[in-house]
Amino acid sequence: MANSQRYTREIPHRFRLEAQKFEDGFVSLPNRYISPSGCKNFEKITLSGKGKILSYTIISTPSDQFKLIKPFPVAIIETEEGARLTAMITDTPFEKVKIGANVELVFRKIMEEGHSGIINYGYKAIVI
Amino acid sequence: MVGIVGYGSYVPRYSIKISTITDQWGENASTVENGLLLTEKTVPGRDEDSLTIAVQAAKYALQRAQIDPQKIGAVYIGSESHPYVVKPSGTILADALGIGPDVHTADFEFACKAGSEAMFVAYSHVKSGNMEYALGIGADTSQGAPGDALEYAASAGGSAFIFGTENVIADVIETHSYATDTADFWRREAEKYPRHGGRFTGDPAYFKHVLNSASIVMEKAKMKASDFAHAVFHMPNGRFPRKAGKTLGFTSEQMQQGLVVSLMGNTYSGSSITGFSAILDILKPGERALLVSFGSGAGSDSFIFEATDKIVDVQNKAPQIWDQLKSSRIYLTYGQYVAYRKKIQFNN
Repeated sequence: MANSQRYTREIPHRFRLEAQKFEDGFVSLPNRYISPSGCKNFEKITLSGKGKILSYTIISTPSDQFKLIKPFPVAIIETEEGARLTAMITDTPFEKVKIGANVELVFRKIMEEGHSGIINYGYKAIVI
Repeated sequence: MVGIVGYGSYVPRYSIKISTITDQWGENASTVENGLLLTEKTVPGRDEDSLTIAVQAAKYALQRAQIDPQKIGAVYIGSESHPYVVKPSGTILADALGIGPDVHTADFEFACKAGSEAMFVAYSHVKSGNMEYALGIGADTSQGAPGDALEYAASAGGSAFIFGTENVIADVIETHSYATDTADFWRREAEKYPRHGGRFTGDPAYFKHVLNSASIVMEKAKMKASDFAHAVFHMPNGRFPRKAGKTLGFTSEQMQQGLVVSLMGNTYSGSSITGFSAILDILKPGERALLVSFGSGAGSDSFIFEATDKIVDVQNKAPQIWDQLKSSRIYLTYGQYVAYRKKIQFNN
């Protein structure tokens, strides 16, 4: 997320979790032209926002945009529809961030582009 | 009849104890707690603002209403802390929840009554037959200058209400609005913190508007205090609403459920309407509730609601507000609090 055009373009998947289910079963968020097996046909689906942690790490030395919220966990999450996505974990004590933990995606502020730029919203995960 | 078909409230998971703030400023904790009748207040997380709070509250409202978001014809958000000065909160919320693009949106401001204002207009649209459903929201990450009395109460949270005509859980029986130009509290363009008239915020502002608005709405409906199961008045602190309710003839029991201020603080545009949401969480079919907001500058909106049989079907479909205020709280130090609230200046 780097400018207002990109912000607007990414609203369907970042705000509403609009994803694709390809005919070969692959579920993708965000959208792509072709699945890893070469399938091009898909239906649009909306993810429920529920899933579990496949893997995670704690970021202690983030890039400048995120230095004021460090340290924070980032996880690879598999949603109940089978999509795999990367999300920051919020509002969760670190001891609850575990592989296999159930999470729910929530609408949060991801980053602000300085004091005068666009505010980027999107999904983060909370361990439930 | 026109009424509420879904409601939801959200408060951030973070709080600060009043004693943590008094320690910082050399005040006596029990004096402040007994003066304001609150012991802690909610604080937005670093990735939260009035919009993310509004989105979560509206999600809960949709969970309870079980309607197609595309049928919502209007989205109104009232706040003193819209994330942008120019760029509407309503469009962001509508896009986040799959409402629109065929939707009317507007952001409202009227100090602490912007939320009930949004409800009033949403209700009026449905009543006029303009649309099937309309969404009114009040949410704030309230501002209070460091060391100012406001800092002990200014907090974060919000509530959302969907109005419609089918599967109504609480009918709107009567409304009234009362407003005059009163300089009790204000914030100029680009100023970070509001200013206020100290004790002038009491009798000539809060009590004049709240008491008139509430008395007139009860008069219009030919009702008296004993006709209500619950009543809630705007909560700048714990003392003002108790005094207003008592003056109007309400008992402590009638006001207890709505007094979320004791743990939540004053969520400005989200204050009285979140107290009302707490009432909806327990309101029984046939029972009536009185909601009276107050916004400095100054005005007050009053609503009389009566619960239908359907209310019991939705009360447990989303998190209830007292449960949120009492569970999984994360308490902040004063240093964390000023960083979370951006009360210290960071480099761009």
